[in-house]
Amino acid sequence: MIEERKPILEVKNIVKRFGGLVAVNGVSMEVYPGEVVGLLGDNGAGKSTLIKVVSGVYHQDEGQVFFKGQEVKINNPMDAINLGIETIYQDLALAENLNVYSNIFLGREKLKKALGCIDVLDHKYMLTESKKVLDRLGIEIPSLKNRIKMLSGGQRQSVAISRSIFWNAKFLIMDEPTAALGVAEQRKVLDLVRTLSAQGVAVIIISHQLYDVFQVAHRLVILRRGEKVGELMTRETNPDEVVSLIVGAELVENSKK
Amino acid sequence: MSDENIRKSSGINREWPVLIGKSWIYLFLLGEIVVFSYYGTGFFSAKNFQNVMVNSITIMLLAAGEIFVIISGGIDLSVGFVMGFASVMSAKMMVTFYTLGWNQNLAILMGILIALLIGFLPGLLNGFLVTKMRVPPFIATFGMYGIAYGFSEIISYNVPITKLPPGVGAFGNGYLLYYLPGKLLNWFSQPVGLARAEIRELVPVIPNIFVISLLIIFIFGFILSRTRFGQHTYAIGGNIDAARRAGINVDRHLMKVYMVSSLFASLGGIMYVLRFVNGRADAGSARMLDSVVAVVIGGASLYGGTGSMVGSIIGTFIIAILETGMVNLGIPTFNKYIYVGTILIVAVLIDQLFPELVRRGD
Amino acid sequence: MNNTKTSPGLLVKFGKNWVVFFLIVLCVLFSFIGKGFFANNTINNILLSSSPALLLAVGETFVIVSGGIDLSIGFVRGMVAVISAIVMRDLYAMGYSAFLSILAGIVIGLLAGLLPGLLSGMLIAKFKVPPFIATLGMYGISNGIAYGLCSGFPIINVPQEAGRLGNGHIHYYFSGLGFSLFNRPPGMLDSQLRNLVRIFPNSILISGLIITVFGYILARTRFGQHTYAIGGNIDAARRAGINVDWHLVKIYVISSFFAALSGVLSVLIFSNGSHTQFSASLELFAVAAVVIGGASLSGGKGSIRGSFLGVLILSVLEVGFLMAGIFAFYRYIAVGSILVLAVIIEQTFPELIYD
Repeated sequence: MIEERKPILEVKNIVKRFGGLVAVNGVSMEVYPGEVVGLLGDNGAGKSTLIKVVSGVYHQDEGQVFFKGQEVKINNPMDAINLGIETIYQDLALAENLNVYSNIFLGREKLKKALGCIDVLDHKYMLTESKKVLDRLGIEIPSLKNRIKMLSGGQRQSVAISRSIFWNAKFLIMDEPTAALGVAEQRKVLDLVRTLSAQGVAVIIISHQLYDVFQVAHRLVILRRGEKVGELMTRETNPDEVVSLIVGAELVENSKK
Repeated sequence: MSDENIRKSSGINREWPVLIGKSWIYLFLLGEIVVFSYYGTGFFSAKNFQNVMVNSITIMLLAAGEIFVIISGGIDLSVGFVMGFASVMSAKMMVTFYTLGWNQNLAILMGILIALLIGFLPGLLNGFLVTKMRVPPFIATFGMYGIAYGFSEIISYNVPITKLPPGVGAFGNGYLLYYLPGKLLNWFSQPVGLARAEIRELVPVIPNIFVISLLIIFIFGFILSRTRFGQHTYAIGGNIDAARRAGINVDRHLMKVYMVSSLFASLGGIMYVLRFVNGRADAGSARMLDSVVAVVIGGASLYGGTGSMVGSIIGTFIIAILETGMVNLGIPTFNKYIYVGTILIVAVLIDQLFPELVRRGD
Repeated sequence: MNNTKTSPGLLVKFGKNWVVFFLIVLCVLFSFIGKGFFANNTINNILLSSSPALLLAVGETFVIVSGGIDLSIGFVRGMVAVISAIVMRDLYAMGYSAFLSILAGIVIGLLAGLLPGLLSGMLIAKFKVPPFIATLGMYGISNGIAYGLCSGFPIINVPQEAGRLGNGHIHYYFSGLGFSLFNRPPGMLDSQLRNLVRIFPNSILISGLIITVFGYILARTRFGQHTYAIGGNIDAARRAGINVDWHLVKIYVISSFFAALSGVLSVLIFSNGSHTQFSASLELFAVAAVVIGGASLSGGKGSIRGSFLGVLILSVLEVGFLMAGIFAFYRYIAVGSILVLAVIIEQTFPELIYD
């Protein structure tokens, strides 16, 4: 159990500047295996910038990133993916013209020998293995032979997540996962997050929808103007407190006067 | 697989129209054959179908290369003139080596090999421009269209290259099998020492160059539908960013795709030389758009990500049978252009109006 | 980056106008290589030989700026040439006056030429058929119709006056004898004809006028603005309340109209209505000219001025190679290379966006 409590990801004093603007100013945070952390803040608070440092889109000007206890240099998105840090983007990065299992295996197709010498795609293997990971995560999709184009937004999200889990992602970053979904689908995605967490996957959720974050996150990190202004356990706080941190306590007090 | 079963048991009635919708192109081809056989005498004969085979070779080869490019989300406008370039190049080489006193088979083989090797170049350059220089495929391959045409006219001095070794035509117009009813059967070449009456009765079966073309197309059809290379081609056409994020080396893959297209165009040029025993710069110029049409009728979308080799072969036959059938019926050929144009638009209209009928080969 | 910031003027200005400089360099080059490149006759030749391409390029500019492509214009031009020549020939043979038959030929030709554009516009706007496909279909259909009407031979026996109108010049000058406008001075001997100086062909005047009008429409009016908006971001244009579908139909009709105009002018210039498979390469040259002139095939960029320069470059190449005695097919290589080069320049220096 003591082993478990080592953070899977730790960032220390991250600073990222764009010209004269300091987008992230000395932020530190850590995420433990199986933990869901909600990253909150107003537009321009630095959430996306911080996340993009971790996923390899930006490189920090100062500070360190530790993954599984070791300092890592993440120079591009492929580095992050190879480490096991997956970012689920809003555009989902799925090939809509391919079916579900082809997308899960995209770029890492399983091959078999035809006639003993020619490498061909092993559809059967890819189908059954994909089915397994979807079952494990409790995802229901009518047929894995359906093209992504035929699926709903939530189903697509599930496929993207299963894809990263299948390839052993231990750490997921989800940027506004529920933004474009209907109510029923939102609930399914949140259920999926809980399942992931139960299976030991760490998740950072960025969302504007406080209600969603409160439902799944264990811990909340709040940024304002590039700085960390709060870190709270979800069960020890309430939305009002979080909102006041997001917009700035003095502002709330001012408006009360 | 329970979901599959549910679908099967409950959806039979709904699936019929979809099935017909998906295979309308086959039905259309069948309809074409029925109509032409009914109205044209001698259309439904072995001899005539072999004519169709020979006539379809150029479009089929160009379409086989074009399908890779179109699935990957690009287009290759240069294939017609790359074909001309290869035909001029190989004819020139054959003539040169033959006049040098080489054995004619060797001269022919060298001509073919050199044309194939040089035939990769336009594709390599196209691929380089598209991937490294970020030139849109339409422009890059259109530039190559002009460049390839210019070079082949310069090599051929603006006249067809003739005086090829005699073996070229013998092979190019030969058949796989010769059959004299009730008497004998001969592979590859016409049996010698036949009486004139017997020659008239001789039944040639399946043109050589059709067999070779189909064999190569079959191999590449297999690559497209069954291998990782094919899968990545679909993925790039479907979502190039997703493909990149999945670790596919997109640039290198696209280079290969344009080289495949160029290879097929060169094959088209070589087959042209074998069949017509000359090499000319404009050998394939009119066929470039026909090949795009064949691919699109066969279910490919110019936005990339869909299409299949089988579809393009069917599309090719729809055009080739139309051409042969109209000649057979004595209908002036200009009508062909109108029908092909109309079929093209109708094919895409059907795909647009009924998106659930998307036809593809996975 | 810093260099361009400290001296933003000159380099960027040069870059923006590289097409102009390239044109000048070409002219200088050819005037050294070929004899008499700068003669009045040569300039007339360049203007004349660029006239059909120019008309097609102007129509194509509208389409390309809107984010589409029109592959049918070469054959639409052929079809209209054949139709209008047939009308002229038949009416004239039926005993109508030359003036009336020519007028009817022009009007009917232009009207027939609007149809392909209307159809491809409808297919593209209402049925979401990709422009490449819709116009490729129209390419086949108009090719078939034209070929069917003329069986591959030019339509001849159009009234003679047609040729006189198309080949006329605005100004004739004959040293010692005086000058005349629009028509050749009457009663001249054949030996004198050779010394007659012809200035500015009528056909150029007509196409020049129409091109100026449409250049103004694209650059200065709301119609032009909407065309750029649709090419830039079709969804934004739709949300801004622009009737995108209707606008696209109009654009393809314009493109078709220019093809038709070019077809009618070809009848007036050559005194016959000719349609060959060669017409197909005309639209590709038009596209090349428009792209060399700074338009992007993804839409939202391009101008009539740019396309005009693009056409001039292609024509100067054609006439220049001819006069310099260079094997004509080098021209194809040159055109292909310039086309690719133009796009590479743009890709590499995105700050050089033409206006």
